[in-house]
Amino acid sequence: MNIEKTHLFDNPKNVKRLLYALYFCCGLLVVLDFVIKRKVYHSWENLWAFYPIYGFVGCVVLVFVASWMRLILMRDEDYYDSPETADKADLAEKAEIAGKAENTAAVLHAGDKHVRD
Amino acid sequence: MFGIEMAPFVIFFIAAVLAALTQGWLRGAIMLAAPILGAINLWMTPEGSYWAVSFLDFELNLLRVDRLAILFGYLFHLAAFIAIVYSLHVKDRMQQTASMLYAGSALGAVFAGDLLTLFVFWELLALTSVFLIWARRTEQSYHAGMRYLLFQVISGLLLLGGIIAYANVHGSLAFEDIGLSGIHGWLIFLAFGIKCGFPFLHNWLTDGYPEATPTGTVFLSAFTTKVAVYALARGYPGTELLVYIGAAMTCFPIFFAVIENDLRRVLAYSLINQLGFMVVGIGIGTALAINGAVAHAFNDVIFKGLLFMSMGAVLHVTGKINGSELGGLYKTMPKTTILCIIGAASISAFPLFSGFVSKSMIMSAALNNDHTWVWLMLLFASAGVFHHAGIKIPYFAFFAHDSGIRAKEPPLNMLLAMTIAATLCITIGIFPELLYQLLPYDLDYNPYDATHVLAQTQLLFFSALAFVWLNLYKMYPPELKSVNLEVDWIYRRLLPKTWQGLGQFKQTSMQSLNAFGGQHLARLSDYVSKNYAVQGLLAKSTSTGVAALWIVLMLLAYLVIGLF
Repeated sequence: MNIEKTHLFDNPKNVKRLLYALYFCCGLLVVLDFVIKRKVYHSWENLWAFYPIYGFVGCVVLVFVASWMRLILMRDEDYYDSPETADKADLAEKAEIAGKAENTAAVLHAGDKHVRD
Repeated sequence: MFGIEMAPFVIFFIAAVLAALTQGWLRGAIMLAAPILGAINLWMTPEGSYWAVSFLDFELNLLRVDRLAILFGYLFHLAAFIAIVYSLHVKDRMQQTASMLYAGSALGAVFAGDLLTLFVFWELLALTSVFLIWARRTEQSYHAGMRYLLFQVISGLLLLGGIIAYANVHGSLAFEDIGLSGIHGWLIFLAFGIKCGFPFLHNWLTDGYPEATPTGTVFLSAFTTKVAVYALARGYPGTELLVYIGAAMTCFPIFFAVIENDLRRVLAYSLINQLGFMVVGIGIGTALAINGAVAHAFNDVIFKGLLFMSMGAVLHVTGKINGSELGGLYKTMPKTTILCIIGAASISAFPLFSGFVSKSMIMSAALNNDHTWVWLMLLFASAGVFHHAGIKIPYFAFFAHDSGIRAKEPPLNMLLAMTIAATLCITIGIFPELLYQLLPYDLDYNPYDATHVLAQTQLLFFSALAFVWLNLYKMYPPELKSVNLEVDWIYRRLLPKTWQGLGQFKQTSMQSLNAFGGQHLARLSDYVSKNYAVQGLLAKSTSTGVAALWIVLMLLAYLVIGLF
């Protein structure tokens, strides 16, 4: 590897700085809630820090639900690749016909592993 | 018959023919000239109906120019111009011709004054756009294109059926407010709904768009769905069902977007999410809501185009688009990174960026009309869109872990196109009046009051905080090489497997029938030959007298039974 110049976020300090800036902005925005008198269109907007809490909780729920969805919905990358799976099935069939039990097991195993990865 | 007014699609179709016949810089110049000349032509065309044609008993209007159509007209010229600049480096006759025809068809559809003309361009949209997917020239894109086309053709057939029913009822083909009355209303609604990506009918979009070429997706994201939004705004304003459909559209895609690995597919999901906002606006149907929906369509084409362009640029220079394979690109692609972040800020509706000035109109309209739950869903979707499109896209492509890829910036024309789009995002964000004056209704709306700005900023910053928190504590779902099952599973897996299963069932039942037959037919034939063959019991011939004797005996028995 060539010696490369270090970039902005290669330095963990800069990442920290960015995060602190975000924390500061978040704090400031909550404080502003008390300073700025705003129009209220819906009674729920009167709740303490309605928007910040809604945003935060909404996103956390979003990510958790999405993670759970993965348990049910996630499949291998080439799940739909019919030509390849067909090839694999062909291979297994041919191996079986030839009566090479070892070969079949190996091919099937490879296929299995592929799906599980 | 024809006035001096030129229909915008004609310019693009002529340019498409010329582009097919030329090459090199000349083709590029012709393609660039089309949207510029088209925009000038549109600017000089006064409102009204032109190109009236009689067809059977119906009056067709090939060119209807009013405020709603003009807005979409300018939008499509602008989108075409940006996308053409973005694809100037491409040397692919098929793709370039198809993209010009496609843009022309979109213009034809929005300026169609009657339903039959709309239908013709509706189908042309489908036929021309599929070549942008096939132009990738991979087996995957071929199949995705076929599935895409299937949906589009079904949409076209529904539209045609609806038009026939409509003509039957109304005796006219004029494209005005249709409404959900009668079978024609529902058929046309469904046809529009497919192209607009209604839930369960949306898969052609998330399936097809990410398989198109880097430049093709930019065209695709601009036209088909926005024509559908236009058609809904024209035909079904104030249809309450649309409010709920739209709210569902804003929410369900964001869950899939969070776990999707292909970053252009993430954008396709977020495209449906943005369409949801527009559909809600159309469903509410007040002047503010319709204005918001149309303004959001305008902004979405530009910022979604910008995001698709930035991801297309990443795909173009790295050959990769999966979040799991990218990261750290900001080091060598700082310009693309910044442009992408501008698009991300716009779609997230940060104040001073374009998304804010249009989305807040729809949110306000939802609140004004007492759609509290819908408003909460839209608020959730706003936080969610920031999460998956605003943060996830730039973060996993340009930051996150260093993938070791040291790709150069994309070609100059790509950067230029992205810069134009980014400039528009910021300009509209800062000077929203520029856009507002084009809207169909005259309204005095100011998005920049303390209420809107503070609420939206709080929502977004705390969404960002949630992302940081989840990421720091390793709770954020990592990018994984995977596909997620979706509605398309039904027709890509369930139906073929069921069909296959039925075939197998038929085969096995035939086999067992054969085996059964092989076993029992032999015995049957043995039995038959034993009894009926020449020497068989039942084949014995006896004299007529014996038969007569038997009959006499039987009659006698009958008589005896009858007596008692």
